[in-house]
Amino acid sequence: MKKLIFRELRLSLRHAADTAAALLFFMIAASLFPFALGPGPRMLAAIAPGILWVCALLAALLPLDRLFGADFEDGSLDLLLLSGLPAYGVAFAKTAAHWLTTGLPLLIIAGPLAIMLRLPEAELPLLIASLLPGTLLLSLLGTLAASITLGARRSAVLMPLITLPLMIPTLIFGCAATTSPHPQAPLLMLAAMLAAALPLAPLATGLALRAAAE
Amino acid sequence: MNHSVLGIFVHLLTADRLALFRGERLLFRDLSFSVGAGEALLLRGANGAGKSSLLRAIAGLTPLAAGELSWDGENALKDQPEHAKCIAWLGHLDAVKPALTAAENVPDAEALAAVGLAAYAALPARLLSAGQKRRLAIARVIAAKAPLWLLDEPTTGLDAASEQQFIGICETHLSAGGLIIASTHSSIELNVSKTLNL
Repeated sequence: MKKLIFRELRLSLRHAADTAAALLFFMIAASLFPFALGPGPRMLAAIAPGILWVCALLAALLPLDRLFGADFEDGSLDLLLLSGLPAYGVAFAKTAAHWLTTGLPLLIIAGPLAIMLRLPEAELPLLIASLLPGTLLLSLLGTLAASITLGARRSAVLMPLITLPLMIPTLIFGCAATTSPHPQAPLLMLAAMLAAALPLAPLATGLALRAAAE
Repeated sequence: MNHSVLGIFVHLLTADRLALFRGERLLFRDLSFSVGAGEALLLRGANGAGKSSLLRAIAGLTPLAAGELSWDGENALKDQPEHAKCIAWLGHLDAVKPALTAAENVPDAEALAAVGLAAYAALPARLLSAGQKRRLAIARVIAAKAPLWLLDEPTTGLDAASEQQFIGICETHLSAGGLIIASTHSSIELNVSKTLNL
């Protein structure tokens, strides 16, 4: 599995423009809000968690179309399924690679963007603490959606239609963790959702990959 | 599952009354054959006869509608990931990543040399010709060091010299006790080969 993750990371490095696109989208989209709403620090601070969460959600969707698409088109998916790893192992490795190349950079850049959006310093750790399970959930559910739409016509359109509704609970609890006076409850909810998705999403993704390969 | 005696593979693949559908269409039924160590089975038939589907079914990528596939007397598809370790797969697509070099696609110098690509090891695969990409895919089969080779139209895009080189590679694998099942339209003949018409 380690070999597969390294292979995916190497491919991401070679397609650096695609990998950077999600990060650039996140930065640019979040930076547009002060221009549209004005630089008033109080309003920006109030909506900063929502802006960052929605932008991170949309940014993480960008590379999902090619996550399995390229492997499906060039015949590599068959090799992955014949690598000796169970299908859920392949799915888990792909999810890990997506998080390392998309989720983790988004998490790192979220801090400076939050400061730019005047998020109070005290709320910054809560934002990062919520984005950590949030981006992991996004990778897990996004990988699942990518596998379900594999081989479908207009999969790029279908993917957000499947992923975004699935991500609404994560979005609600993620934003609430930063803005609520009692952040423990939403953070625990995010952790619980992650605990459920961590074993279940790769299993479902593996089944979808097998179905696509048939 | 990789049994070998003195470095030579000793295996037997047996198919018993296989049936396979593609969608609603029955491709074949009651198909039985066996391939032993050092034997090659060439699948022949018109387009759409089910050659590729049979290869995919043997690999466990497509489920069989009926019948049993045995590997050394045991149900081969009971544990697909374990069965996959015995298989080297060459599909009709090359599965070559254009952004990676030939050596990154197939990190095995001996295998690259065997297909005449040693000099191109550091070259990004996108710069290789179609025939060279096919040879790179064949190198991956060699590098897998698996006893059962499943090859779907392996000589597509190869020139006459590469085709001869490929036959030599297959003969070497067979002489080491390997098994080959290949679908082919071309007239390649291996020393120890059976033909199955679909």
